[in-house]
Amino acid sequence: MKSFNYHAPKDVKDASKLASSSSAFLAGGMTTIPSMKLGLASYKDVIDIKNIKKLSGIKVSGKSVTIGATTKHAEVAASKDVKKAIPALAKLAGNIGDAQVRNRGTIGGSISNNDPSACYPSACMALNAIIHTNKRSIDAEKFFTGMFDTALKSGELVEAVEFQIPEKADYQKHPNPASRYAIIGVFVAKHKKDVNVAVTGAKSCVYIDKDLSKKLSSNFSSSAIDGTEVKSSGMNSDMHASAEYRANLVSLYTKKAVEAC
Amino acid sequence: MTYDVLRIYSGRRYLMAKVTLEVNGKKVSKEVPDHTLLSVFLRDNLNLTGTHVGCDTSQCGACVVHVNGKSIKSCSTLAADVEGSKVTTIEGLAKDGKLHPMQAAFKKTHGLQCGYCTPGMVMSAVDLLQTKKNPSDQEIREWLEGNICRCTGYQNIVAAVKEAATKM
Repeated sequence: MKSFNYHAPKDVKDASKLASSSSAFLAGGMTTIPSMKLGLASYKDVIDIKNIKKLSGIKVSGKSVTIGATTKHAEVAASKDVKKAIPALAKLAGNIGDAQVRNRGTIGGSISNNDPSACYPSACMALNAIIHTNKRSIDAEKFFTGMFDTALKSGELVEAVEFQIPEKADYQKHPNPASRYAIIGVFVAKHKKDVNVAVTGAKSCVYIDKDLSKKLSSNFSSSAIDGTEVKSSGMNSDMHASAEYRANLVSLYTKKAVEAC
Repeated sequence: MTYDVLRIYSGRRYLMAKVTLEVNGKKVSKEVPDHTLLSVFLRDNLNLTGTHVGCDTSQCGACVVHVNGKSIKSCSTLAADVEGSKVTTIEGLAKDGKLHPMQAAFKKTHGLQCGYCTPGMVMSAVDLLQTKKNPSDQEIREWLEGNICRCTGYQNIVAAVKEAATKM
């Protein structure tokens, strides 16, 4: 791993001041550190945000669950508040990676990295999340802009993610047996007025399947999407799963999620 | 904490961090380059070579240690990041020359063959039993997803964790 300067500022302002075009914010480091070790990324400055106390924690209000950026997956998975308000979100967090990754990895790190197979982005999309940064608040649909790409600008740091509490929700994942990343992950959320079906792992970036969402909005049952064809065009195809297989999994896992709601 | 000074280390100039930890109950303090991994700190600076490095990409789990009681992968954690923490490695489990119940169970049930993955397996399994006293086979297998064994097979490892659960 190439050398860098390590910083651990105590507040967001100082962290932002240290940021440059050759810096990275470090949260759990579960992607950043392996990427640096493999030589895929190198930085002059690594800015560890662990000492910024206000970035950690879970708050539940009547309509939303707000999770601080440095809150670990294991904390979300074990949180009684999250389990009560949005059980599907606790379930999602409890199935990310492995136990040791969940003890280090954070929600802010996951969404800022925006891995096309990461779990959390699908929850953000389906639960109409608002991403609060040190500069502004961004709707999830505008936050995830492409493969490993987000709307974040240089020096902009995710502070918290605010999820809208749905009437019902479930997350179903077909994990890669080695990495536990989603070959396909489907987050279905039934809100008062409509239903969101968010898909991760299928394309270069998380997305809402509008067709499935629309059909489930008018009839929230798995039979409502019988015969609905999920197109494989634009889907990832690799040694683990072809585009056609992924397309089939999307409809299968959407049904599973609806049935589990 | 980071010292804003440059030192010569292995012939190169690096920014150095002074890292103070409590490792297996003993306070240690070393000045190391900022980018030093916890696994490197333990093995190269403290000579605690029981913590193994298998894949180096945080998938195999041979490097699992406890930081403040929780299992983590030391090959994907910076030493500077855990400054001030309590670290337990495989060397810290046995007390007064007597194997920890988990180590004894691995020995009894033949839960190891070459032994390379064993330190990580044991540290990970000890963490499981801290939160779940009598885990099922399924729960043990799910918890050990981040620990890869390429020779023993998992059958006897699961048996070892079950055996240890009756003793811990």
